[in-house]
Amino acid sequence: MADGTAALAQTGAARSAAGPRRGGLHRMMRRQSTTAFLLCLPLLALVLGLMIFPAFYAGWLAMLNKSMERFVGLGNFTFLFRRETFWNVVWQSCIFAITAVFFKALIGFILAHLVHVLPAKGQRKWRGMLLVPWVMPLAIGTLAWWWLLDPSYSAFNWVIRAAGGENIAWLGDTFWARFSVILVNVWYGAPFFMIMYLAALKSVPEQLYEAAAIDGANAWQKLWHITLPMMRNIISITVLFSLIVTFANFDIVRILTNGGPRDTTHIFATYSFALGIGSGDIPLGAAVSLFMFPILGVFAIFILRGVRRRADAMG
Amino acid sequence: MAEVSLRKVVKLFDGGVQAVRGIDLDIADHEFVVLVGPSGCGKSTTLRMIAGLEEVSDGEIWIGGEMVNDIPPKDRDIAMVFQNYALYPHMTVFENMAFGLKLRHFPKDEIKRRVDRAAAILSIGELLERKPKALSGGQRQRVAMGRAIVRDPKVFLFDEPLSNLDAKLRVQMRTEIKKVHQAVKTTTIYVTHDQVEAMTLADRVVVMNHGVIEQVGPPNELYHHPATIFVAGFIGSPAMNFIPARLSNGAGALRIELGQGLSLPVPADRTARYAPHRNKKLLFGIRPEHLTETTRTDKQNLAPITVELDVIEPMGMETLVHFRIEGTPVCARVDPAAGAQAGQPMTLAAHMDQMHLIDADTGKVL
Repeated sequence: MADGTAALAQTGAARSAAGPRRGGLHRMMRRQSTTAFLLCLPLLALVLGLMIFPAFYAGWLAMLNKSMERFVGLGNFTFLFRRETFWNVVWQSCIFAITAVFFKALIGFILAHLVHVLPAKGQRKWRGMLLVPWVMPLAIGTLAWWWLLDPSYSAFNWVIRAAGGENIAWLGDTFWARFSVILVNVWYGAPFFMIMYLAALKSVPEQLYEAAAIDGANAWQKLWHITLPMMRNIISITVLFSLIVTFANFDIVRILTNGGPRDTTHIFATYSFALGIGSGDIPLGAAVSLFMFPILGVFAIFILRGVRRRADAMG
Repeated sequence: MAEVSLRKVVKLFDGGVQAVRGIDLDIADHEFVVLVGPSGCGKSTTLRMIAGLEEVSDGEIWIGGEMVNDIPPKDRDIAMVFQNYALYPHMTVFENMAFGLKLRHFPKDEIKRRVDRAAAILSIGELLERKPKALSGGQRQRVAMGRAIVRDPKVFLFDEPLSNLDAKLRVQMRTEIKKVHQAVKTTTIYVTHDQVEAMTLADRVVVMNHGVIEQVGPPNELYHHPATIFVAGFIGSPAMNFIPARLSNGAGALRIELGQGLSLPVPADRTARYAPHRNKKLLFGIRPEHLTETTRTDKQNLAPITVELDVIEPMGMETLVHFRIEGTPVCARVDPAAGAQAGQPMTLAAHMDQMHLIDADTGKVL
């Protein structure tokens, strides 16, 4: 391919030298890099318009006063730092994202192994069924959970009562409300981990397990010494991806608890929405949303650096 | 180190495919045995059953006087070298070689001593800190062998270990494997589809076809005295020629009639053996190297045949000439100086003391 490109470039150069002198624009258009850039331009414009511009605009908004008429510098940030609710949101966002991602990864890993050892015939059926939570629209799934956790109609409470227990205020008590939003997030996200890990498991050469079996490894040692190291990159990438998505989650908290009770289940996105849209203070909402960047940036740098290093070493 | 025995071993896969059909084989301590045969003949399945990677459907496998049918691979005290090396990509060469010892809780200094010793035998001492990705195919193969050597197992199993190497490296590694076996003398079972590898490495060769053993014997015995048409055709390169033939009594002696007016005398010492097969459909088998130019026709048991050559293949040290007898393609090996030319007639000498007569119906060499 490189040879072909070089040949094309040479032919182009020869023609330019031999033929009559053309305009600068025509020459520029003949360059392959220019054509490539022009072909990518619509996509670049889309990215700029829908992602880069709103990000910078949020940065600008975060430095305006509530009526968006006056520049207040870092005033909104210092205001947030002094509010206990904001630090609760930071704490809850971290707890929510880390706990949910941990359990999604763990359950996804176990499910992937269970599906992987199933005979090929039944595997597709189980894979399809287990993927249902992930392919279902999240808002609809969460509404179903809301019904299951509702104080009056909770199916869970019906079972607990039938077993002689007492009703649990799933969405009314801070601990259980936090538990519930994490539970629904795990239910929704674990199938994604399962499908990624299943793909990774299938890519581990069977001969490595056979070599390990002959080397004397039992099932746990194979998991620890072969499966996990071979899957470390895919685990890192899915964890990073899921951390980003879970940190930025909105639907589950908004539908299940709307941040309650007493703002204890708010995460960055819902708190930003509550301040910006709910209370009409768009600059303050924008300031909250900007806090996700540095936290996720640090995660991304560390995880991607490890992925690159291992990919280089293993090939 | 140990002897290995297979007793009526059968492997039946799901769907009713019988890969191995009741084979019996005894391998002595220190012996180097090569299982050879075409793809799908059951040789790799047999090796994997010995390793414990495939269950035995029926029969018994004994290693070192112990029946191992129900013993998992890790407890059979065997080491295996795979076709694709199966090196752990996330471990260094040292870690790859030490892995089996580490799992068996060997002390650290003993692990180091063993790895260093194996690395010295295989000349990979300077590669110990590298990851498999940074090694060439030949180096990876050496590491895979090193991983087997450090364990000092009862039996080495090799599953087509040279198939992924280029022709030059394959020859080099073949010698290395032979050297290693001479150095460590562990009982070795080696699977290959390459009959040259089988002939050069083995103390005894086991030729398999369609899940059964066709013949077991030292390389030279298989070459000179094949038991079946399959072994005769499989061992040797280029392959043995098989020409439809019948026996006749001409001038008081038994002769082999090939058609096209070609009639060859049966060597005197074989007359009694061949005489009862006079009315059977037969195949005359002769290797290309036993069809040569006629410079030595004075020698006993050389029968001249004149044929018209179709194709000439100069190989440098020899020339392969191709022709047809009654439509059957035949190949002969002649001296490059013999002046063979395509489209020209040439008189060749058939070394009748090296010929084989095969029953066309049973495929048995008579």
